Amino acid sequence: MATTAPALELDKIDEAYWAALAEGRLTLQRCECGERFMPPRAACPACLGARWAWETAEGGGRLKSWVVYHVAFHETFRDRVPYNVALVELDEGPRMITNIVADNALLTAEARVRFVATREGDRTLARFELVT
Amino acid sequence: MTPDKSLRGRYVIAGIGATAFGKLGRDTLSLHVEACAKALADAGIGKDVIDAVFVKAPTSSKEFMYGQRVAQALGLAPRWGGAWDQGGAANITLIAFAIMAIEHGQCEVALVSYADNPRSGSRGFYERARGNDSAYGWFAAMGGYGMIQRRHMIEHGTPAEAFGAVAIAARRHGAQNPHAQLRKPLSWDEYRASPLLVDPIHRDDACLLSDGAGAVVVMSAERARQLRVPAAVPVLGFGAGQTTCDLTLRESLTSTEAVRSGRTAFEMAGVTVSDVDVAQLYDCFTITVLMTLEDYGFCAKGRVAEYVADGALEIGGRLPINTSGGLLSETGMPGMQLIHEGVRQIRGTATVQVAGADVCVMSNQGGVMHTHATLIVGSS
Repeated sequence: MATTAPALELDKIDEAYWAALAEGRLTLQRCECGERFMPPRAACPACLGARWAWETAEGGGRLKSWVVYHVAFHETFRDRVPYNVALVELDEGPRMITNIVADNALLTAEARVRFVATREGDRTLARFELVT
Repeated sequence: MTPDKSLRGRYVIAGIGATAFGKLGRDTLSLHVEACAKALADAGIGKDVIDAVFVKAPTSSKEFMYGQRVAQALGLAPRWGGAWDQGGAANITLIAFAIMAIEHGQCEVALVSYADNPRSGSRGFYERARGNDSAYGWFAAMGGYGMIQRRHMIEHGTPAEAFGAVAIAARRHGAQNPHAQLRKPLSWDEYRASPLLVDPIHRDDACLLSDGAGAVVVMSAERARQLRVPAAVPVLGFGAGQTTCDLTLRESLTSTEAVRSGRTAFEMAGVTVSDVDVAQLYDCFTITVLMTLEDYGFCAKGRVAEYVADGALEIGGRLPINTSGGLLSETGMPGMQLIHEGVRQIRGTATVQVAGADVCVMSNQGGVMHTHATLIVGSS
């Protein structure tokens, strides 16, 4: 039974990000120029250089916005509706698309959230829990 | 930076033409040809004077050298032409490019045309996975607009009534348009009962999906006089702006490129929002209209709910919008129908006509508010 979303398009840098997630670490890139960025990419969007290194996120963040899908645009999500997709801002600064592992009715703006690595099929996702 | 105000009023939309809207089951080239032939007839000119053909790339299929195929289908060998991929901001942007190219002596008379068939063809473009974030279920343009809408509600307390006001106005106007795809007025109760698709977006917040084509003829006002174009409508100003594809990379979700685009267009046109009699605002989703109103300066950021209350956006109100129904009611076409309606308002030939309309502002925007373009037309 299919339990994962469509195939991801992973280049080498993406693969390193997903490999770290599989080990339970949420990583972002930090450039020598000071810029921290996500999602993974080869060149720093601020200075355009490649003098960056992986940094493990502390895991805390805030819920900035979210939607709840009542329709599935892909068959693997058909049995999950209604499910949320959230925009979380990490304490380090970068923002990411994720899911909040909570009842949709409990989601509130600026809620504190914490990273939780979630195994799903052959993939580990970076989801967040509400900090209560 | 200052836009070239000397262009104001020196260029015109000389003719407009469109196919039917809805589920047509036709290829895009034949749709282009029909719309362009009608636009040429509306301008009262033959195709022999056309030396530029600019088209918006269709979403339902990607074809190599698509702009050149359109020119070939039209039996034309233009100096300048091509297909432009910029999402829904493309049509106004192409009109601006045509004007700038003509101004600099590179061509004289341009066709700007759009055709697509996502309703009978593939709607996949609008429902596609949003990169590797599809692992989290992040799909479709609607998801992105919903994320923006939620943030607007969070920051400004924007009530459902504001979103409903946009949909109700477009549907009221579209119901009177014999060419509209959806001719069904919408009541507040019906809006509220409309099912949630991607919460907070209801079905009636979302635009139609349509086949169809629309084209305009662009030339200088002087050339229009020489060619005895019967109802040329002067272009007063234009502007554009673009931001990131990924929402996560934007500093703010509640401010759009309408700010930069609108500021440039209004400065070029030498008018302010208080001069605007009627507006055709890109309504792919109702949130887009509300944020465009704020970002053009019709009201302060976060105050749009008060601005749109009491039928302000409907005919007879303070700022009638989308008087032929917009994307919500006339056709889901990404923006060309708004340009056509702006032209009709200034000509005084719209079905839902704003009496004495002198200045009309139009917005086009693409992606999930990635791109924005503004066009102001007027009786000059």
